[in-house]
Amino acid sequence: MSDWPLWEVFVRPRRGLAHQHVGSLHAPDGALALRNARDLYTRRGEGVSIWVVPADRVVASSPEEKDAFFDPAADKPYRHPTFYDVPEGVPHL
Amino acid sequence: MTGHRYQCAFVSQVGYARPMVTPITPVSDEPASFTALLAAEERVEPRDEMPEGYRRTLVRQIAQHAHSEIIGMQPEGEWISRAPSLRRKAILLAKVQDEAGHGLYLYSAAETLGASREELLDALHTGRQKYSSIFNYPTRTWADVGAIGWLVDGAAIVNQVPLCRCSYGPYARAMVRICKEESFHQRQGFEILHTLAHGTPAQHRMAQDAVDRWWWPSLMMFGPPDDASEHSQQSMRWGIKRFSNDELRQRFVDMTVPQAEALGLTLPDPDLRWNPERGSYDFGEIDFSELYAVIRGDGPLNRQRIAHRVGAHERGAWVREAASAYEAKRADVRGEVPA
Ligand SMILES: [Fe+2]
Ligand SMILES: [Fe+2]
Repeated sequence: MSDWPLWEVFVRPRRGLAHQHVGSLHAPDGALALRNARDLYTRRGEGVSIWVVPADRVVASSPEEKDAFFDPAADKPYRHPTFYDVPEGVPHL
Repeated sequence: MTGHRYQCAFVSQVGYARPMVTPITPVSDEPASFTALLAAEERVEPRDEMPEGYRRTLVRQIAQHAHSEIIGMQPEGEWISRAPSLRRKAILLAKVQDEAGHGLYLYSAAETLGASREELLDALHTGRQKYSSIFNYPTRTWADVGAIGWLVDGAAIVNQVPLCRCSYGPYARAMVRICKEESFHQRQGFEILHTLAHGTPAQHRMAQDAVDRWWWPSLMMFGPPDDASEHSQQSMRWGIKRFSNDELRQRFVDMTVPQAEALGLTLPDPDLRWNPERGSYDFGEIDFSELYAVIRGDGPLNRQRIAHRVGAHERGAWVREAASAYEAKRADVRGEVPA
């Protein structure tokens, strides 16, 4: 089991919703990872579709760089509708 | 865990029913980002900086929790082939399968802290890490399956609900999933006992006998009394634990007494009575010397549980090897370098 890779599991709870990360598991290959994911994460009909992704293939942003990395969005409040002054009583805006 | 001390003016205020919200001031090498997360009641996630003591405490607690789920399959698993009807058998199978799932959610959570699955299993198999001593009691009759579901899963729920708000994200998320599944466990146990308690006199006696044997061990599941609990205060400061052992135990007693009345069964404690001043039930003294003996591994079934677990692991080795060999062969056909 130690040499079985780790897989991250994503489940789509129902049609119309995106797949969501639910946890991880070990399996020797994708087909078994899917079956194990079904038995582990959808025993009560929690999903209509499952993705399994090798954990070592996930590229993640680093928490230490969090501020710098997301900095470009931090000083642009004008991207939000609440930034704008709208005169009282203007409809549908 | 030494080297992570805080100026904790608030420790003495950590009384009952008071979730931790007081700001924490580190005086040691605790990363400022970690302190800030705790102070804001935000979750700590796997790649965040955290004190080594926090990481170690979590690995120990999550591993022990995972081991308990896995070993906890055994006392009830023994009754799957002897369940009194197909309905009961299907239910018990599903329940025991859930416990396996709980173990796996928790092992995954522990792995996000850098522990490896193999190390964790090895620590269980060699006795370096413990599991809940409740599973070292025998299941003598079918009524024990009912008593376990009602009392043991019931106590587990009381322990686990606050862990859904634990400061470590992956552990809290695993607990949310587990808590959702536990209420069926408790109800099926209650239903078994209710059926027996309203059956023949012999069935009623069987139900009462099981409750008599499981009541005190269930109270001990909440751990030692607060004044003897080594890890509690630090865990509270870290937002891993939210309520004290004694408070959770009291909560369980208060919930359970009316349920026992509904079952028509008695709880084996002559000192159990409603205390209108406290708005809670008073209950008798717990014999913790028995708990400590069972924790040390003197439990009647400790050796047998571990031997069974190791045996299952070893007998399953060929399946793991075959699956690995199959994937290696296919990777070879695909012309990939095996992982
Ligand atoms: Fe469980
Ligand atoms: Fe359970």
